[in-house]
Amino acid sequence: MPVEPAIAVDQLVKVYGATRAVDGISFALAPGSITGLLGGNGAGKTTTIAMILGLVMPSSGSAKVLGAEMPRQRYQVLHRMNFESPYVDMPHRLTVRQNLKVFGRLYAVEQLGARIADIAAQLELGDFLDRPTGKLSAGQKTRVALAKALINRPDVLLLDEPTASLDPDTADWVRSRLERFREQHGATVLLASHNMSEVERLCERVIMMKNGRIEDDDTPRRLLTRYGRQTLEEVFLDVARGRGEAREAAQ
Amino acid sequence: MSAPATRAITFAPHRVAAMVLRYLYLLRSSWPRVLELIYWPTMQLFVWGFLQLYISQNAGFFARAGGMFIGAVLLWDILFRGQLGFSVSFLEEMWARNLGNLMISPLRPIEFVAALMIMSIVRLAIGMVPVSLMAIALFGFNIYGMGFALAAFFANLILTSWSVGILVSGILLRNGMGAESLAWTLMFVLLPLTCVYYPVGTLPPWLQVVSWALPPTYVFEGMRALVMDHVFRADLMAQALGLNAVYFCAAVIAFLQLLKSARRQGSLLQSGE
Repeated sequence: MPVEPAIAVDQLVKVYGATRAVDGISFALAPGSITGLLGGNGAGKTTTIAMILGLVMPSSGSAKVLGAEMPRQRYQVLHRMNFESPYVDMPHRLTVRQNLKVFGRLYAVEQLGARIADIAAQLELGDFLDRPTGKLSAGQKTRVALAKALINRPDVLLLDEPTASLDPDTADWVRSRLERFREQHGATVLLASHNMSEVERLCERVIMMKNGRIEDDDTPRRLLTRYGRQTLEEVFLDVARGRGEAREAAQ
Repeated sequence: MSAPATRAITFAPHRVAAMVLRYLYLLRSSWPRVLELIYWPTMQLFVWGFLQLYISQNAGFFARAGGMFIGAVLLWDILFRGQLGFSVSFLEEMWARNLGNLMISPLRPIEFVAALMIMSIVRLAIGMVPVSLMAIALFGFNIYGMGFALAAFFANLILTSWSVGILVSGILLRNGMGAESLAWTLMFVLLPLTCVYYPVGTLPPWLQVVSWALPPTYVFEGMRALVMDHVFRADLMAQALGLNAVYFCAAVIAFLQLLKSARRQGSLLQSGE
């Protein structure tokens, strides 16, 4: 019996006025996989993630998470999902512990006190657990946002540029925690990023988007081989500048 | 292991309680927010209280109608502050850029609205209880002396304030912070139309039709009947309740439609202008 994909996107389209932000993309993510969604600004990554989360209604096509169609059946699965992005914040005046308490209760996390202590230890939040979230540094805020994203031990985790604006050391630290969570929990992770080394390190599959379409979709290794490049960054530039198509045409 | 994906999730009081806790944490952390709740109703009380004191010393009618203005200003504040309490709690999510987090959580819109309704009462109580006690101490006007009538007035006014608050929140969801001023000003349309400080008969006949379509008009007429004639007009309260039921249902439907429209427009992640 075939395993049902954790995320299944089929001919997904989102049109804003005259702009096709997402233009008929399809992909399916196996449970427990970690996939990178790569693309330049305006490629359609955030809109795709927003449709998978049920925040944006598709113009046509479908996005299913754990078998539930989004956004119509979102309440069947939202308690098993979570999301982190630098484009949403947590209430600034609330302390880290208060924020985690509120979100833990929204997600009906059992033994919440113990869960907060556990996640605070894993993400090293102990020093600022009782400080207002708005008073933290960018790196600390990212760790808090990650704690919120992991509070319910999600089966599906969506991350939109989780290490944007972080210094390399903090970004590396965040990646290692994400890797550990996925290994321990077997969650399906979809990660939108501009950071090629991040995608290369974390992801077993890369979906490259441009102008709302999928330009390529493969493992990092096979992409490097196919484009004859040393790094994903070079592959990204080839795709962004249309050199991939030119190479294929020449071949 | 998580529950099956097919699990039905219905209205959950624990999620409402989580949101109420979030707003209580916020109030507890910010004394200017608490001060703001008390400050303006107190100023209103002083202005109208002293005005009433002055004219009651100079006109027989107003001497008979002792407390009419203070009663009106306190009831108006229930209406206005009730809506503001609802809308400001909602705006806090937009100011904090937290709406995206809430919208991808299991929190249902109706639970969110229920939490905002509870917070409107909490915020109203913080502002109005001290002011109502000041009205007793300074002007000898005891609003609690209205007894059951006060409960009827309060229920009808708070229902109207929630209807307006729900509608404004829907517009904010759909249109972003560009519509923020509506939260602060929309209720003032009702100030002249619902005849807070004068009888409905003062209005021209065509405007009286509009006025009688608004539930607070019945409350303010009822308050004047109670203060001046010592009569509780249950008929007026029943009519107000009927109208409130219609407006409240219409506001909830409008909110859900505006939320759906916000999903189509992609405005839930971008809560700026």
